[in-house]
Amino acid sequence: MNKDTLLFEKSRPGQRTLRLGKLDVPPADLSALPSAALREKPPLLPEVGELDLVRHYVLLSKKNISITDSFYPLGSCTMKYNPVTNEALVQIPGLADVHPEEDAGRVQGALSVMQRLAEGLAAITGLPGVTLHPAAGAQGELTALLVAHAHFHAQGQHQRDKVLIPDSAHGTNPASATIAGMKAVELKSGPDGLVDLEDLDAKVGDDTAVLMITNPSTLGLFETNIAQICEKVHAAGGLVYMDGANLNAIMGVARPADFGVDMMHINLHKTFSTPHGGGGPGAGPICVTEALERYLPVPRVVEEEGGLRLDYDAPDSIGMLRGWPGNFGVLVRAYAYLRRLGAEGVRRVAENAVLNANYLRAKLREAYHLPFDRVCMHEFVCNTRKQRESGVHALDIAKRLIDLGHHPMTIYFPLVVSEAMMIEPTETESKSTLDAFVEDMLLIAAEAATDPEKLHRAPVTTPVGRLDEGRAVRQPILRYTPAS
Amino acid sequence: MPFIQNTDADRAEMLAAIGVKSVDDLFEQIPAELRLKEALPIDAGLSENELRAEVAELASWNSPLAGAPHSKGSFLGAGLYRHFIPTVVDSLQGRHEFVTAYTPYQPEGSQGTLTVFFEFQTMVAELLGMEIANASMYDGCSAAAEAVIMAANMVRGRDRVVVSRGVHPHTRRTLETYLRWTGIELVEAPLGANGRTELGGLVDDSTCAVLVQNPNTLGVIEDIEGVAKASREAGAVSICSAYPISLGLLKSPGRAGFDIAVADGQSLGNPPAFGGPSFGLFACAQEHVRRMPGRIVGQTVDGEGRRGFALTFQTREQHIRRAKASSNICTNNALIALRGAIYMAAAGPEGLREVAEHCLAKAQYAAKALGDLPGFELPYADSGSFNEFVLRCPIPAAQINRAIDQAGMIGGLDLSRWYPELGDDLLLLAFTELNTREEIDRLVTTLANIAAAAPVA
Repeated sequence: MNKDTLLFEKSRPGQRTLRLGKLDVPPADLSALPSAALREKPPLLPEVGELDLVRHYVLLSKKNISITDSFYPLGSCTMKYNPVTNEALVQIPGLADVHPEEDAGRVQGALSVMQRLAEGLAAITGLPGVTLHPAAGAQGELTALLVAHAHFHAQGQHQRDKVLIPDSAHGTNPASATIAGMKAVELKSGPDGLVDLEDLDAKVGDDTAVLMITNPSTLGLFETNIAQICEKVHAAGGLVYMDGANLNAIMGVARPADFGVDMMHINLHKTFSTPHGGGGPGAGPICVTEALERYLPVPRVVEEEGGLRLDYDAPDSIGMLRGWPGNFGVLVRAYAYLRRLGAEGVRRVAENAVLNANYLRAKLREAYHLPFDRVCMHEFVCNTRKQRESGVHALDIAKRLIDLGHHPMTIYFPLVVSEAMMIEPTETESKSTLDAFVEDMLLIAAEAATDPEKLHRAPVTTPVGRLDEGRAVRQPILRYTPAS
Repeated sequence: MPFIQNTDADRAEMLAAIGVKSVDDLFEQIPAELRLKEALPIDAGLSENELRAEVAELASWNSPLAGAPHSKGSFLGAGLYRHFIPTVVDSLQGRHEFVTAYTPYQPEGSQGTLTVFFEFQTMVAELLGMEIANASMYDGCSAAAEAVIMAANMVRGRDRVVVSRGVHPHTRRTLETYLRWTGIELVEAPLGANGRTELGGLVDDSTCAVLVQNPNTLGVIEDIEGVAKASREAGAVSICSAYPISLGLLKSPGRAGFDIAVADGQSLGNPPAFGGPSFGLFACAQEHVRRMPGRIVGQTVDGEGRRGFALTFQTREQHIRRAKASSNICTNNALIALRGAIYMAAAGPEGLREVAEHCLAKAQYAAKALGDLPGFELPYADSGSFNEFVLRCPIPAAQINRAIDQAGMIGGLDLSRWYPELGDDLLLLAFTELNTREEIDRLVTTLANIAAAAPVA
C-alpha cells in the first residue's frame, strides 16, 4: 500500500477500531422516534482497524515540521518550546473531566486556576480587568472592540465608529474592526517604521473610538512614542488597544498600563508557551482598565464568602463570544507555565528573547538587507534586496530553509516591507541552534549568488515539492469523493 | 531559568557579537520612564516537581464527572457530554509533530496537518450531510454566529434572523454579542408545549436566516424538515446546529434540506474539560465556498504530479483580505479537530451508530423507569428525544440535585437556570454509553426515595 493513501482509500467495509461492549440495558427502540427524524444512509467515514488507523496518523505526523524537531523562527508567532509537562497536566481527571455546570463548590480547583492566571496577567500588564473568555487573539481583539463600542454607546458617543490601525498591523486587526461594526482607518508608518505622529494627528478626532497598536510593532521595534500616542488618542476622547502578540519582548521589563494603554490582548499560544497544534487551539485573554471592566464578557470568576463561582449575570457585559468560560485546557497550560517562570523568569524570557533576536540580526546583517538597521526587540525584519540581481525571492529562501532542516521565517509580512522576512528565534533556543541557522542562511545567500536555480527548485527533501496552489482554487477539490 | 538554555557564557559571546555591553542596553529604545525598576508582584517560580504537586492539589478540589467522590454516576450534559474516548485519540493527537507544529502556511512541510484536515473536511461534510466543510472553527456557538453572518451576506437587504429558543443559551448569547452592531435583528421563536420550535408567522421576506438546534436544549427532537421548508419558502438561509453523536442515528441537516450546518465537536473524542477548548464544525454547499469562514484545505499536485494538500481560497481570510475578510478568525482549534477526526475515523459509520444506539438505549431505559415513579413525569415524551430529556419532579430540581449529590452522584441541569419560564421543577438529564445500568438504577432508587418522602401532588 502506498504510504500516501488517505484513510478513505484504506477503508474496508465492516472494519472499525471503536467497538463498545455489550449493552447492559434493553436495546434502543427506534420506533419511539419520529421516523422522519432518522438517518437513512450512514455517513461515509473511514472503516479501518486499529493498526492501520495508528499507522496512518503516525505516518502523517512524520510529514510535519514541528518545534520539537526544528528551529521555527516565525516572526510574530513566538514559537517557543511547549513544555511537555503541560500536556500531562491537562489530562488529570480533576481538570479534564469537570463540567462548568457542576455545583461551584465542586469545581473550586478549576475556578482557582482561572483566578490565579488572571491575577498573573493583570500583574504583567498592569491592567486589572481580565477576561480569559476569548478563544484566540483575534477573538480577543473583537472582544476589546466590542467593549469599546459598548463603553461609547453607554456614554452617548454614538459618532465614534473609527478604528485607527497602522498599515503594519496584523490582518486580524482590521478584520475584527469590521465585525465589531466599526470602520478601519489606516495609519501610515513613518520612515523609521513606527506610527507617523503627523498622520495620527490628521486622523484622530471625535469619531475615533479606538487606536489599535502593536507594541513592539510588527517590525520588532518599540513604539518609542507610545506614551505620546496614547495621550493624543485620549485627548481626542478615544481608547488605546494594544495588540499583545509581541508581549514576549517586554514582559517583566515594561508594563503596558504604564504606556497609557486601556485594553490589550495576550496570545497564550505565543507568549505563554501553549502549543500551536497545527492551527490552534489558542486563547486570547484581554486585560482592561478598571473603568472598562463592567463590559467584559461573561461568565466571570467571582469571589464570594463561600468561595469562587461563575457569574453569568453582569448587566453591562457585552455577553459571550463562545460557549462556556473559555479554552480551559489552554488556560491550565498557561497557568502552569507562569508558575514555572515566576517573577524573575518572566523578565528573563523577554531579556533572552531580545538578546537572541539581536544576535541573529548582528550575524545576518551583512548578507541580508535590514530595512531598519538598528537594535531590534524580539524579532527583526530583513528582505531580499541584496539578492535582487539573482532573481531570488523570499519564497525561495524559505523553501530552501526547509531542505536545510528549519521551518522558514515569516515571509511577506508585514506588508510595509517588500519581500519581508521576519525572524523571531524566541528565548528558548540555544546559541548553538542559532549558529547553525546563521550558517545555513549564509549558505543560502551564497547559493543565491552562484546557483539560484537550486533555490527556485526547493524544497526537494519534502514529501511533495512546491504545490500548484492556483489549481487548488481553479479546480477545487475540498473533500475526498469515492470513485463511483 | 526554566526553558532558557543559554548560559552566562553564551550570553557574553552574543553580547560581544552584537556590540553592546549588557542586555539592558538592548532595551534602550524603551523610554527610561517606562522601564520597570522593580520585579512584578508575582510569586517566585516553581520547579517541575513543585508545580506538579500544586496542580495536583488544585485538581483535587474538583469533582470529576467520573471518579471520586461522585463516581457512582453522573447525568450532567446540557451541551457538554462525557463519552468514551478510545486511547488512540490521546495517543495519536499527543504526538509532538501534531502538537507543536504551526498553521500549515508552508504546505511542503505540513502535509501531515493538511492531510488530516482534508480527511476531516470529508468526514464533517458526510456527518452533516453537506457537500463541503471547513477545517473547523472555535466551537459550536461561534460557528453558529459565523453562519448567521454568512447568511446575512448571502441574502442582502434582509435584516431579521429567527432563532429558536431551543438553541443552546450560550449560542444565543454569542449571537447577540456578534450581531449587536450589525443592524441585524434577532427574533426568538418560542418553544411549544411539546418542546418544539414554533415558527408561527415569524419567518417572512424580512428574514435572512433561521437557526434551529437538533436535538434542542431540552433534548427534544425538532421537526427539522419543517423548519428547513419554512425557511426555504420564505427565501431565508436555513441553519441547523446538530449534536454530532446523535448523527449516528438522526437525519443529517443536509438531508433535511438545510443550507448550512454547524455543530460543537466536543462530543467527538474530547472530555468536557470545563468547557474548552472544543472545536466547531461548519458545512454547506460547494457553491457557497467563497463566503464560508475559516480555513479550507484543498487537493492539488506538485511539479512532479504528486498529490498534495494546501490551504486554499485564502483570499477570503484576514491575512489577505484584512478589513474585507469573511471572518477575523486566524488561529482556530486544529488540535482538537484532529481529535475529532481520529475519533470519527476510529468509529466509522458503524461505530458511530453503535455509540448513538447505546446512548439512546440508556436514556430510554432511564426515562421509562423515571417516568414510572409517582410524582415524576416526562413532559416532552411524545416529541421524542435522543440521549437527554427533561424530567418534571415533585420538588424543585435544585433539591433533587442535592439528594443525588448526597447519594454520591452528579445530577442533571436544573433547567430553571436557562428556562426560568418553565418552572423550577424541571431537571435535564443526559445519558451516554458510559452510564452503566447500575448507575441508572441507583439514580432511579434515589429519586424513588424522594418520591416516597415528598407530599403527593
